Amino acid sequence: MSPSVPLQEMIRAIRSARTQCEERGVIQRECAAIRAQFRNTDNEGRSHNLAKLLYVHMLGYPAHFGQMECVRMIASPRYSDKRVGYLGAMMLLDEKQDASLLITNSIKNDLSHSNQYVQSLALCTLACMGSAEMCRDLAPEIDRLLRSSNSYIKKKAALCAVHIVRKVRELGELFVPSARSLLSEKNHGVLHGAVVLITQLCERSPETLERFRKTVPDLVQIMKGLVISGYSPDHDVAGVSDPFLQVRILRLLRILGRHNEAASDAMNDLLAQVATNTDSTKTVGNAVLYETVLTVLDIKSESGLRVLAVNILGRFLLNNDRNIRYIAMTSLQKIVVTDHIAVQRHRGTIVDCLKDQDASVKRRALELSLALVSASNIRSTMKELLIFLSSCPPELRAHAASGIFNAAERYAPSQRWHIDTILHVLTTAGADVRDETVPNLIQLITNTSELHCYTVHKLYRALLTDISQQPLVQVACWCIGEYGDLLLKGECQETEAVQVTEDDVLDALEIVLQSHMSTPTTRGFALTATMKLSTRIIDNVDRIRSVVSIYGSCIDVELQQRAVEYNALFKKYDHMRAAVLERMPVIQKNSVGQTNGEVGEETVKESQAAKVAQKEMALPPQPAGQVCDLLDLLGGSQEPLQPSSSLGGAASTQPTTAGGDLLDLLGGLEPTPPTPAPAVTVYEKNGVTLTISCEQQSDSGLTVTLTASNSSDSDISGFTLQAAVPKSVQLQMRAPSRDSLPANGAAKLTQLVILNNPNKVNLKMRIRVSYTSQGSAVQDMVQVDSFPGISAAGL
Amino acid sequence: MMRFMLLFSRQGRLRLQKWFTAISEREKKKIIREMTTMVLARPPRTCNFLRWKDLKIVYKRYASLYFCLGVEDEENELLALEIIHRYVELLDKYFGNVCELDIIFNFEKAYFILDEFLMGGEIQETSKQIVNRAIESSDMLQEVRCMKTHTHPTAF
Repeated sequence: MSPSVPLQEMIRAIRSARTQCEERGVIQRECAAIRAQFRNTDNEGRSHNLAKLLYVHMLGYPAHFGQMECVRMIASPRYSDKRVGYLGAMMLLDEKQDASLLITNSIKNDLSHSNQYVQSLALCTLACMGSAEMCRDLAPEIDRLLRSSNSYIKKKAALCAVHIVRKVRELGELFVPSARSLLSEKNHGVLHGAVVLITQLCERSPETLERFRKTVPDLVQIMKGLVISGYSPDHDVAGVSDPFLQVRILRLLRILGRHNEAASDAMNDLLAQVATNTDSTKTVGNAVLYETVLTVLDIKSESGLRVLAVNILGRFLLNNDRNIRYIAMTSLQKIVVTDHIAVQRHRGTIVDCLKDQDASVKRRALELSLALVSASNIRSTMKELLIFLSSCPPELRAHAASGIFNAAERYAPSQRWHIDTILHVLTTAGADVRDETVPNLIQLITNTSELHCYTVHKLYRALLTDISQQPLVQVACWCIGEYGDLLLKGECQETEAVQVTEDDVLDALEIVLQSHMSTPTTRGFALTATMKLSTRIIDNVDRIRSVVSIYGSCIDVELQQRAVEYNALFKKYDHMRAAVLERMPVIQKNSVGQTNGEVGEETVKESQAAKVAQKEMALPPQPAGQVCDLLDLLGGSQEPLQPSSSLGGAASTQPTTAGGDLLDLLGGLEPTPPTPAPAVTVYEKNGVTLTISCEQQSDSGLTVTLTASNSSDSDISGFTLQAAVPKSVQLQMRAPSRDSLPANGAAKLTQLVILNNPNKVNLKMRIRVSYTSQGSAVQDMVQVDSFPGISAAGL
Repeated sequence: MMRFMLLFSRQGRLRLQKWFTAISEREKKKIIREMTTMVLARPPRTCNFLRWKDLKIVYKRYASLYFCLGVEDEENELLALEIIHRYVELLDKYFGNVCELDIIFNFEKAYFILDEFLMGGEIQETSKQIVNRAIESSDMLQEVRCMKTHTHPTAF
């Protein structure tokens, strides 16, 4: 075919432009010329102009002014015009453009054209960009073409029918009879189209699937012909006869055999034959084998065949070709739950793949290894996983760490092994572990009382080596604070003891306190640990006192507050210090997977509150009153501007300290009873739910608690509540616990509203909710007329 | 089914784009950008399959051109590689030792060949000879300057 000279000249001109700016200039000139040409009704160069425009379009420049030209070209009687016109239609028009409707008539005419190549253009375009209306319009035409005697047209009509069925499901019924008859064709192209059409029909409608089950013997016959038949040069690819058709038939067999014993039985022999006879030295053969394996595993095949399939996957795992290893692991992943034992046999190879160069293969190997962990192989697998963790790509670290934790939790052969494993992970990948790891580990350590000595020694050593991994440092500080006395004793059964002095220990903590690498949370841990040691050491209490008072003027509000409180503990409440700082009780063991730090905290708070409340009774009333005053200062009424001083604030900024925090201890003494009042939902929109519950505090006083949560998949930020009440009612809003709502209810937001209704009017409240969800601001107003927990007739 | 096929050079210039579903221009541009960045960033000895959103991306490099196929989840990735290879073979047969310049200067022919091989996101013809013969015949037809149009009366 003679090349389009004007087109090629333009392409050359564009390519010789040296800068982007120059290129834009050339293109603008060309587009102007093309636009002028379009207005001209000259017949000769029309297809060249449109082709030029299509090239410009491919470079990314706007070409919508060519749409009408496409329509005109398609209607032209010349084949060269039609060819480019239809190409333009496929590139520039889509079903959303109005111009696409204009070509419906041309397509209709061309579908019955005398020349098959014109028909083919129309069929191709319809299959590419046919809208639902066009499909409905032209479906009977297509069905007619499916019955034509020309195989060239038949195969195209079949794929066109596939597109129609995708667009308009109901039209599937129309094509069922023709599809059935097409299966007896000899032409591979038509056969392929027929199989695709039948697959599409079966996927869309279960009744049709039932009807087509009868075709299984025919399909088996065709496959046998392909597999056993001699060399056919027309369709052979590296020794496999028409792999494309084979794969499609296998996929159709899969759909027909699923959940159906009879159909699965009928194809058993064939699948075994394909699995054993296909040459697996080239990719082509492996493609067919892969499809066979997928089919075997999906239908109700007999166990021998399943084992054969899994073995093929095992062979794939040892293949040199990285692609084949990758897909083997993807398939094994799908069946690891159902055929666990069969996959276990290949565990060694899978674990070896952790060392592969390719990141995708590594990822698959990691997921599979984690799925294959069991009580019997936990030790060896964990060894490999820990080696992997130290050299794994950064994007996989978090996943690997959490997978290791889960596996360790489920199958840990001993407590010590468990703690060792967690410590190992924290040392290698400490920055990537989830936030809940720290409280979980602390809980685990507390519960293993026999290993306290061992743990604190290990952690102390780890702390001396490296203080950059925050979770590790936090746990280490906490342990040293709790079990510092065991460390100082200098003897340990499980491991070599360190001989440290009190100064050494305090030095270590001070380094953490002063290091620029420590986050504020870590610093908090370190300060509290230092304070706790004041009851566990003998000589250096003064040093602790001085450290604590220095931090009383720290810029960080959190640290400052802690230091001030500890100072107070030294000065005014020295008699209470020993009791307050004594060893933590065994934390309530939460169920496996329960990692909500807040829940753990509450149970601790309650048990702590109970314990200390008892002590409070024993104290003379005067100091108790003073304690309450102190508490009011900390957890009671303040302006909402002070961010961390309200109780709710403290609870949310320190979710990682599972009850080890002095503040929470004092908070537990708050006079407000923790019993939950009945909550009523007043607002539900965009996944945000707002509930209110009330407690009557006194004759005219009422505390309303507003709780908000977010059940949608995206985070909500900038969440604020404003409330208005009738004139005679006094309202005071406390600071909210947080200002954002993470997705999927990860955390709740609470805000207290104190109302005083001295005139006992009918209480109503209007609440304005404002937040940002998925980038857009939302503001809503809610009216609350009745308050749960109080009588409807007002206070 | 296949969702799209893209051909781009090592510098990220697009040479061919075929879309098998109806999506907006903006969406197309976005996908092209993401595909080119993702595929060009892949280190040399890695496997040819990627996951992107809910699609599998199969890509292969032939000389200076990257062939990138976006397929749905149930497609066979190894077969997708074969599809790409078959298309390259068809181009090679037509142009005779095809190179990137052939595809640049004769892009409309590359599309015509693709349209004889794939249609509606599925394979249309599994025999190389039949595809080649169809292209040759269409080309010859294009040479004919005038063509009579007589439509059969639609008797069916």
